[in-house]
Amino acid sequence: MAMRIRWSKIAVFALCTAPFAWIVWRAFAQQLGADPVNEITHFTGDWTIRFLLITLAITPVRRLTRQYQLIQFRRMVGLFAFFYGCLHFLTWVVLDKVLALQALGDLHFGSLMQQMGLDIAKRRYITVGMIGLGLMVPLAITSTRGWIRRLGKRWQKLHRLIYFSAIAGVIHYFWLVKADTSLPRLYALIVAGLLGIRIVYWVQQRNRKQRASAPAAGAA
Amino acid sequence: MLIRKAPDIASSEITPHSLYLNRRRFLQGAAAGAAMLAMPSIGSRLLADTPQKLQFSKWPGSTSEKQTPFNDITHYNNFYEFSTDKNGPATLAQNFRTRPWTVKVEGLVNKPKTFDIDDILKQNPLEERIYRHRCVEAWSMVIPWVGFPLANFLKQVEPNSKAKFVEFTTLWDPKQMPGENSSVLDWPYVEGLRLDEAMNPLAILAVGLYGQALPNQDGAPIRLVVPWKYGFKSIKSIVKIKLVDKQPVNTWYRSAPGEYGFYSNVNPNRDHPRWSQKTERRLDGAGFLGSGHRIPTQMFNGYGDQVASMYSGMDLIKNY
Ligand code: HEM
Repeated sequence: MAMRIRWSKIAVFALCTAPFAWIVWRAFAQQLGADPVNEITHFTGDWTIRFLLITLAITPVRRLTRQYQLIQFRRMVGLFAFFYGCLHFLTWVVLDKVLALQALGDLHFGSLMQQMGLDIAKRRYITVGMIGLGLMVPLAITSTRGWIRRLGKRWQKLHRLIYFSAIAGVIHYFWLVKADTSLPRLYALIVAGLLGIRIVYWVQQRNRKQRASAPAAGAA
Repeated sequence: MLIRKAPDIASSEITPHSLYLNRRRFLQGAAAGAAMLAMPSIGSRLLADTPQKLQFSKWPGSTSEKQTPFNDITHYNNFYEFSTDKNGPATLAQNFRTRPWTVKVEGLVNKPKTFDIDDILKQNPLEERIYRHRCVEAWSMVIPWVGFPLANFLKQVEPNSKAKFVEFTTLWDPKQMPGENSSVLDWPYVEGLRLDEAMNPLAILAVGLYGQALPNQDGAPIRLVVPWKYGFKSIKSIVKIKLVDKQPVNTWYRSAPGEYGFYSNVNPNRDHPRWSQKTERRLDGAGFLGSGHRIPTQMFNGYGDQVASMYSGMDLIKNY
């Protein structure tokens, strides 16, 4: 049993790194199309939101399919969402901001910070993207066993921040498209479904608790 | 009208595009083409993929910057009539019919006329003009267009003194252009220029690139090219040109007035609300390792000497 878990974890890990391997391979094989920077930005953005959604899907899927052992992958998949989010952010910093300042002959630490700050303050899709990524930082830090133990019940509450991260990701997507909102709408629908089902679980759980406590009260 | 009905005509009634190309080749006396025509069934299939070569002279004002590879010009297209995905038009436009094709010129002119595309090709001496092409999305290409000055074309219909603007319209044919079934933009695509902009010697109608007929995904069979403006002004697959007295409402302006203006002159000092226009990614085929090919964007895309005077005294931040 223990062996099977180990192997399946390795397999899932390999699957999660596949998009990264794919984009690196394409970069060096000159297969990124006419506009490599745009391709990398969009590719990493797509995988950030996809991994966020997969992470959010694990709880409902394991309940619906009664595959309760799926929980063992949740942390890893969530960390991959953060990993792709960081790549996405770094693409923006290096391949957008740094290269632009370099082209203008004005690249230094101060100008970079200033340009990034201006963009984050001025462009609302960047602002909300930063919020989405920022919310993932405490989750990544507290994903270790030590932190889980230390935070106890509060850990679960803290990690509900991922809901807001996903919502921020969807808003970010809505605000950045030029005209075609079909994909952001699809992602919005999925996020709504994944959060909606949690409300159902929450209501069910509350009812169960009430039922459990009712006979005790009657006996008294 | 005829154009809109075109898809309803049984395909056997119209000359297939491949045969048309064969005929051109044959007339041009291409030996290989003529030989293959001896066996029409094989010949037509082979030649369908052989692009039609154009005859042209070289315009002296061309830029000598490194040209964007043909494959990139034909696989990175904002042509929402086919797809919002930039790779999409290359495949989705493959069977787009560019014959028969007419361009109707009407409105405030003395001699309105509907031109057949083949007459246009015969009557207007073609030039190769290598222009910079700056997209509003902050990427740019260097493209060897083949075309002729729009001014020469418009003079044939004699715009009258009330004509102040020129309005261009793309084909509306959702059967052939699947993107027109979606509501991402208001179809058909419309663009406009002030009359003096249209008469500027840099404004051309392009019918080819890299010495051959325009690939479908690049706006075949005839498109506008106004190199000092963002790419979306250079409307593709034109079926109608109308001289009018009021400023046309161009499609992207209608879609997002705060983002895409009527003028849309390339202007590094006026940012798009979502990104800076100060620099551009020059797509010159260098791939990922050439990602560093980021260059400063020039006012009027570097064509200020020829066009700036048209805007003297105008606030180009307000009139973006
Ligand atoms: C929760 C965090 C985030 C998610 C889920 C996310 C997701 C996405 C998605 C799905 C796209 C569009 C991809 C496509 O069109 O195929 C995108 C584009 C983009 N994102 Fe993010 N993103 C996040 C955070 C950020 C951050 C922090 C930045 C920069 C500070 C950023 C900058 C961009 C840029 C520049 C684009 C391209 C915009 C354009 O093409 O105009 N994103 N992102």
